[in-house]
Amino acid sequence: MQLEVDITGKHFENAAGERHDVLAHIKFSLHAGEVGVFVGPSGCGKSTMLKILAGLDRDYQGRVSHPAAGRLGMVFQEPRLLPWRSVEDNVRLAAPDVDEARLAELFAVLELSAHRSHFPGELSLGLARRVALARAFAIEPDFLILDEPLASLDDALAARLREEIATLVGGRTMITLLVTHNLDDAVRLGDRLFLMSARPARIVAELPISMPRSARGVAEITAIKAAILRRTNGERSEQDVS
Amino acid sequence: MLRLVSFALFIATWWIGSLLIGDAKLPAPPAVLAAMVTEAKSGALFLNLGATLARVALAFVLAMALGSAIGYLMGRVRLANRLGDPWLILLLNLPALVVIVLAYIWAGLTEVAAIAAIAINKLPTAVVTLREGARALDPALDEMATVFAIPRGRAFRHVVLPQLAPYIAAAARSGLSLVWKIVLVAELLGRPNGVGFEIGVAFQLFDIPLLLAYSLSFAAVVLVIETALVQPFELRVSRWRPRAA
Repeated sequence: MQLEVDITGKHFENAAGERHDVLAHIKFSLHAGEVGVFVGPSGCGKSTMLKILAGLDRDYQGRVSHPAAGRLGMVFQEPRLLPWRSVEDNVRLAAPDVDEARLAELFAVLELSAHRSHFPGELSLGLARRVALARAFAIEPDFLILDEPLASLDDALAARLREEIATLVGGRTMITLLVTHNLDDAVRLGDRLFLMSARPARIVAELPISMPRSARGVAEITAIKAAILRRTNGERSEQDVS
Repeated sequence: MLRLVSFALFIATWWIGSLLIGDAKLPAPPAVLAAMVTEAKSGALFLNLGATLARVALAFVLAMALGSAIGYLMGRVRLANRLGDPWLILLLNLPALVVIVLAYIWAGLTEVAAIAAIAINKLPTAVVTLREGARALDPALDEMATVFAIPRGRAFRHVVLPQLAPYIAAAARSGLSLVWKIVLVAELLGRPNGVGFEIGVAFQLFDIPLLLAYSLSFAAVVLVIETALVQPFELRVSRWRPRAA
């Protein structure tokens, strides 16, 4: 099972009829069990790429081959919960087949057990993001897309949630695609890093991190980040950075 | 409590007004109450109120169902909006009287003609409100439903309908008041019973107590339905909002 992406271009026209190129050439593949992380400047077209990969946008040049019959789970940049349904109902609506034990386990990992019957309007942004995560994991996805799931959270909370994501991602064999502009998140969670250019976006470097996630301590992370910075300033190769 | 005070104030004002203007033009409350009791005893009051209520209910349901469907379609499909818009503007601005008279001419002085005419008067306001509602649907939630492959029916029920609910409530509220107003005109012009018909008779006989008896009974029914049915419904559909206005 693998995801193969070969997008050769994506543009749109604004109301004035001007053409804007959002994506240049983007080609990569990801295998089951791998976490691919896309790092790039804000507004470079990452979300546009995710929309194409999620099947929400079919107006592009190129080809995307999805995992056959794979279930897609997605965490959007904003939580996108239904304000008129409780936390539990929000998850159950997306994942009608989830059993009680699995749901309880998910809520426990994400520390949501006390908020099951709350409405999204009563939650903080951090909690709402966790509900969005619970929803994406509850459907037992084969293909998981995370669009800046930790954006605009304070550092401590982001770190905790990052660990929770690592736990959940580690517990299931699936293709995971994470978009972020935070190098820390990228290095802690990713198996392969894709550095993207400014708009129109293309992949400027592909950096594998072969060291297992659990073995990455503070020192290792700093070393990997330094290696990435060296790499982005100097030569381009696909050598391991860990 | 406040409502009772308000009601007492109304009766008092009425009574004083009747003393000032004279019984012939504005009968005092007891005279109107007597007329009401006479009508109630003969059963005519309930028969006429019932007939009017049945027409209101049928026309309202018909107009809401059809208007919501058309409005939703026009809000979602551009072609439907282009095709429907001129008709909508025409219907919105067509006087109720024209619709009622034409309906009676074309379909005869029948129940069907009366109900259809009332429904046609209410239809365009429901369409306009629901069209706005459909236009205001959040595309982000649509995308969420698509990504998670929520089946169409479930998505409509849990994602779309709750977003439309405030618009449906607004259409129901404004539509109901419109129907209350028009139903009496339709009855006056072409039905042999109902509150509108009785008011027409009272007008011809210059029987002001009878006229007021029917008007006030009708107003009371409207008030009961608004407070017992419409307001609780509005409260229910907006219960998820942290603090409803």
